[in-house]
Amino acid sequence: MRKLIIATLLLLSPAILSASEGPPLEQANIDLRDQASLQRGAKYFVNYCMGCHSLQYMRYNRLAKDLGIDEVTLRQNLLFGDAKPGDLMENAMRPEDSLKWFGIAVPDLTLVTRWRSPDWVYTYLKSFYLDDTRPYGVNNVLFPLVAMPHVLGDMQGAQEPVFAPAHEEGGAPVLEGVKLVKQGSLPPKEYNAMVRDITAFLTYAGEPSQLQREQLGRYVLLFLGFLFILAYLLKKEYWKDIH
Amino acid sequence: MSAEKTENLSWIDKRFPLTETWRNHLSEYYAPKNLNFWSFFGSLAILTLVIQILTGIWLAMSYKPDATLAFASVEYIMRDVDWGWLIRYMHSTGASMFFIVIYLHMFRALLWGSYRKPRELLWIIGIVIYLAMMATAFFGYLLPWGQMSYWGAQVIVNLFAAVPVVGEDLSVWVRGDYVISDATLNRFFAFHFLLPFVIAALVFLHIVALHHVGSNNPDGIEIKNGPKGNRWSDKAPADGIPFHPYYTVKDFMGVVVFLAIFSLVMFYAPTFGGLFLEAPNFQPANPMQTPVHIAPVWYFTPFYAMLRAVPPMWGSQFPGVVVMFAAILILFVLPWLDRSPVKSMRYKGPIFKWATAIFAVSFVVLAWLGMKPVSDLYTLLSQIFTALYFAYFLLMPIYSSLDKTKPVPERVTS
Repeated sequence: MRKLIIATLLLLSPAILSASEGPPLEQANIDLRDQASLQRGAKYFVNYCMGCHSLQYMRYNRLAKDLGIDEVTLRQNLLFGDAKPGDLMENAMRPEDSLKWFGIAVPDLTLVTRWRSPDWVYTYLKSFYLDDTRPYGVNNVLFPLVAMPHVLGDMQGAQEPVFAPAHEEGGAPVLEGVKLVKQGSLPPKEYNAMVRDITAFLTYAGEPSQLQREQLGRYVLLFLGFLFILAYLLKKEYWKDIH
Repeated sequence: MSAEKTENLSWIDKRFPLTETWRNHLSEYYAPKNLNFWSFFGSLAILTLVIQILTGIWLAMSYKPDATLAFASVEYIMRDVDWGWLIRYMHSTGASMFFIVIYLHMFRALLWGSYRKPRELLWIIGIVIYLAMMATAFFGYLLPWGQMSYWGAQVIVNLFAAVPVVGEDLSVWVRGDYVISDATLNRFFAFHFLLPFVIAALVFLHIVALHHVGSNNPDGIEIKNGPKGNRWSDKAPADGIPFHPYYTVKDFMGVVVFLAIFSLVMFYAPTFGGLFLEAPNFQPANPMQTPVHIAPVWYFTPFYAMLRAVPPMWGSQFPGVVVMFAAILILFVLPWLDRSPVKSMRYKGPIFKWATAIFAVSFVVLAWLGMKPVSDLYTLLSQIFTALYFAYFLLMPIYSSLDKTKPVPERVTS
């Protein structure tokens, strides 16, 4: 019976429950322990993304502390304008400008990997393709009619959509992916690495305490393991005369 | 015990029944000696309630029940408050663990026939606790002010609008506004803070009732009606052993295992793949943008599936709402539906065993269906399993009297 209960609880696990909808995602394969990757990700984010996207729940000095960036480097490379180390990273585009230029409020990205997923962000940054009908000349496989331009386009190059035949006769062809038609300033391997660094950084920003959480968990479980041995022996000792 | 201590204790005992309470409810409360795995969940439920109240109070020290500040204050707790992330995950994991423990505790009552005479009131108080828990969870889920908080609450409060005649006014009265808004958030926070203490009072009544009639056991035998006299007392039931120290040390073992499972989730999968913390709730509430798929948290999904299983009638969702609430209210009359001459599943016949198995499977399948988007197949399945859920109760008077039972032993078996 006990095994049955445990099995039932395990069956409730997410893999079975999460429905897969939309185009397939590529695995981001990020490593939050790779501080160099997170530092590069932070640099790319501040330089390429933060013109428009804020990280309104993330503080500069927390980022610097967790990513092993000293204050001088922080001030020289990551702080722009009148931002101070203790500030939240919210000095991006003003909402009214954003509405004027893109027609929508640019979303904050602090928690984007938590409500999408790291794999989604990674795949999204690789899925822009040329589309003349869009105001900035690009569209995205994962985000149809996306409002933003392909900011990293100079580095990635140009991609064209790949269509699969329609499911039904007379139907519209199905967009299934993209192919690179003109390489940008980075070879695909380096571009993937860059996008992976950005994804890793955003995953860190989504939950800065993640590594600390997993580390603390080990000690707590170890302690509970020892405590269980004591609890078991205590129970056995008391119950030895109950038949 | 030193003379001085005895003196102090007797000073208290003359004024407050400390020693008497200790004896009546712990050291001389005789519980059946054959309690098994299923009896862990009572003490675990109390533990989880304590965890929820304590972590909840600490969260309330930094949380802001204000529509413009709530979401950011949760992220503030997760990032800037010392150990805030731990307290928050403890609370969010604790909510789901509380329901897991309570569902197992209730299933135990079904297996042992713990709702049968003389435990009808004990069972009924338990169902009231379950209702209060659901209300608390519902109010609490709005507080992070994420997309699913907002739209989940919108859907549930709209159920009240389906009540004929007074529905619209009723839903406005509940929300304090025409949509879920700051006014709703404020009152939900007030209720979310209050209800746990009501639950604590109900738990007290639950234990008073339990200790008055005595604990049931896997055999469903009343040890009070059996032979008297054990190692500790001539008047105590022969099959009873003192709750303390025997069950305190045994439950402590259960607590350690439970905390280990709790920690595994809390430290390594706090969102539990989107089941304990739903992904859309990491986006702030946006009244202008309805999510594609709205589903309540897993512990409500069986009832949500039943709600969706019933098609609108006469242009009203009310029948579905009735079915959903009936699914919970029917539990109140369970003690009078079971006509079997025996209490425990061990001595019940094949029909009752199969019925209970089908019922348990239906509940789990409905929970799964309640998370899925609507489709023709899922609606059909929801209808079938809703029918099976109700059939378990409505047909019980018939099959429980027809069923061939096994002879019940005189004494508890080990």
